[in-house]
Amino acid sequence: MALRSARRLGAPGRASVGEVLVAARGVGVELGGQPILDSVDLSVAAGEVVALVGPNGAGKSTLLGALTGDVALAAGAVLVCGRALGEWSGVELALRRSVLPQQVTVTFPFSVRDVVEMGRAPWVHVDGDARGGEVVERVMVECDVASMAERQLPTLSGGERARVALARVLAQEAPILFLDEPTAALDLHHQELVLGLARARASAGVAVVVVLHDLALAGAHADRIVVLSHGRVVADGPPAEVLDEDLLSAVYQHPIEVVPHPRTAAPLVMPRR
Amino acid sequence: MLSKVGPGPDVERPVDVGPGPALVARPPTHWARSGALLVVLAIALVVLVVAAGASGAFQLSPGEVLASILHRIGLDWGTPPDALGEDVLWEIRFPRVALTVLVGGSLGCAGALMQGTFSNPLAEPGIIGVSSGAALGAVLIIVSGLAPFGTWSITAAAFVGGVTTVFVVYSASRQNGRTEVITMVLTGIALNALTGAVLGLLTYFSDDSQLRSITFWSLGSMAQATWPKVAVVAPLAIGGMLLAPTFSRRLDLLALGDRPARHLGVDVERTRRLVLLLVAVLTASAVAVSGQVLFVGLVIPHLVRMAAGPGHRILVPASGLAGATILVGADLAARTVAAPAEIPLGVLTALVGSPFFFWQLRRMRSRQGGWA
Repeated sequence: MALRSARRLGAPGRASVGEVLVAARGVGVELGGQPILDSVDLSVAAGEVVALVGPNGAGKSTLLGALTGDVALAAGAVLVCGRALGEWSGVELALRRSVLPQQVTVTFPFSVRDVVEMGRAPWVHVDGDARGGEVVERVMVECDVASMAERQLPTLSGGERARVALARVLAQEAPILFLDEPTAALDLHHQELVLGLARARASAGVAVVVVLHDLALAGAHADRIVVLSHGRVVADGPPAEVLDEDLLSAVYQHPIEVVPHPRTAAPLVMPRR
Repeated sequence: MLSKVGPGPDVERPVDVGPGPALVARPPTHWARSGALLVVLAIALVVLVVAAGASGAFQLSPGEVLASILHRIGLDWGTPPDALGEDVLWEIRFPRVALTVLVGGSLGCAGALMQGTFSNPLAEPGIIGVSSGAALGAVLIIVSGLAPFGTWSITAAAFVGGVTTVFVVYSASRQNGRTEVITMVLTGIALNALTGAVLGLLTYFSDDSQLRSITFWSLGSMAQATWPKVAVVAPLAIGGMLLAPTFSRRLDLLALGDRPARHLGVDVERTRRLVLLLVAVLTASAVAVSGQVLFVGLVIPHLVRMAAGPGHRILVPASGLAGATILVGADLAARTVAAPAEIPLGVLTALVGSPFFFWQLRRMRSRQGGWA
């Protein structure tokens, strides 16, 4: 409600490339007494794409949840734009970070445009969402959903819904972008589209954190890869350094080959068969 | 904007939609349809109010009813009925119509709020036991003869019963930020069984006049309407319906699920508690004067959604208006179809509403691929 905010909320200023926007400091998470994350340190700066990878159960989604504030911390702290998560109000946080969830469900038959417009909700508190219409149009075109703007969400395929969800998250225009397995439901063309959009946002100064299962995709699109294993960070660096046969074979407990692409020399990761 | 990525599969692009000006605003048809719905409902409500004033054992013409209303607001138009007709109209029929409008509006509005806040099209105050909880509170006061708050005692007891059941269902059926349909309906069955048993016990130990009262509560009827009852309910019903639209935007966002709504800045738990409190106020004020009129809160929002889409900015007020309109029509039918006998209103709404519930349940199950 715009009426209640006597103090107008400030949108975050544009971050300069290299400024740390999200940081985990010694983060630990426990679920039912079991440690899921153990003293995790991570910094993500404006302008970079960081991929979180690791085997099932390594704690990727939990770490993302800890960074977004969905999962309670047992130890350590998460800083967003320099302040602890708990010090921001819900709307202030929504103006700073957007989150693409793994599963996308919308209860009632909202149209694609309705759902994308929901991404503008925090901006109503800033300037009454003056730029809303223009932003919604732009992200719908970017995510290749403009042609289905008036269709109802339940009539769309899984891949189409995933792109609508991405459009909603991009419409939020937050300087931090969290993506939880954004490519899981998508074909090759749309995988490239989505990660290309994440890349373009990073070039415009957004800090992007993306959970990925596909190591080749991570290698192709991320500036840095963070490998998690049993709730700990076991590697954090550029793809060329992290995509190492011995390291990955140990982490995934399966022999893994890394070979250079014959044309681009980018590392290709595949299980040894 | 300029960089179109790849040619794209042509099946998904029947027409080339550029970022032309035609797309910038929401297509006018949407608002036109929503506006038309509200106008149609308002006209239907006025027509039905006049029809309800005219019909009954003592026949009045619609012209007389209209003239009488206009006279009361100081407009000299047409010929109002004689003194007896005026009495029938203003002492018997209009209190009932006014009460029906308030109850129908409250139940329709409460249904829309409840479905929105649970993100579940099957959530309804009657099905999950809120109405019977409220009725139990009211009957306890009737049978015990206690009146700690004077004329407000029954309303207050209905309110406490309603709030208690809302929060029992809420805490029992939520998991991982979603309301499980099956747990919610089962919790409702358990609560309805419990309140039914206690009502049965109270019925067994009550005298004749109390028995009549209790029958009224469990069947639901507008027959006992008086202006003082209207005066008791009006502030709660009108206040609740005026507050309800302030939650529209947040209810829209809740359709995305709890976490996405929180990521967009909604204080989910606080919003949900406030909305449920509002639902309890609206439902309890309705139940306190009319007994259990079931399924209105289930059917009305669904019909409105089919006509005007799921956005709560239209859904919430339109459900209130549609609830009032349809209940005035239903009450008119209840007292004229089998005249001079009267069908209890709650029985009539349940007759129409329960097959609808059945159909909805089947639809949801097929969409979710069955409930294991």
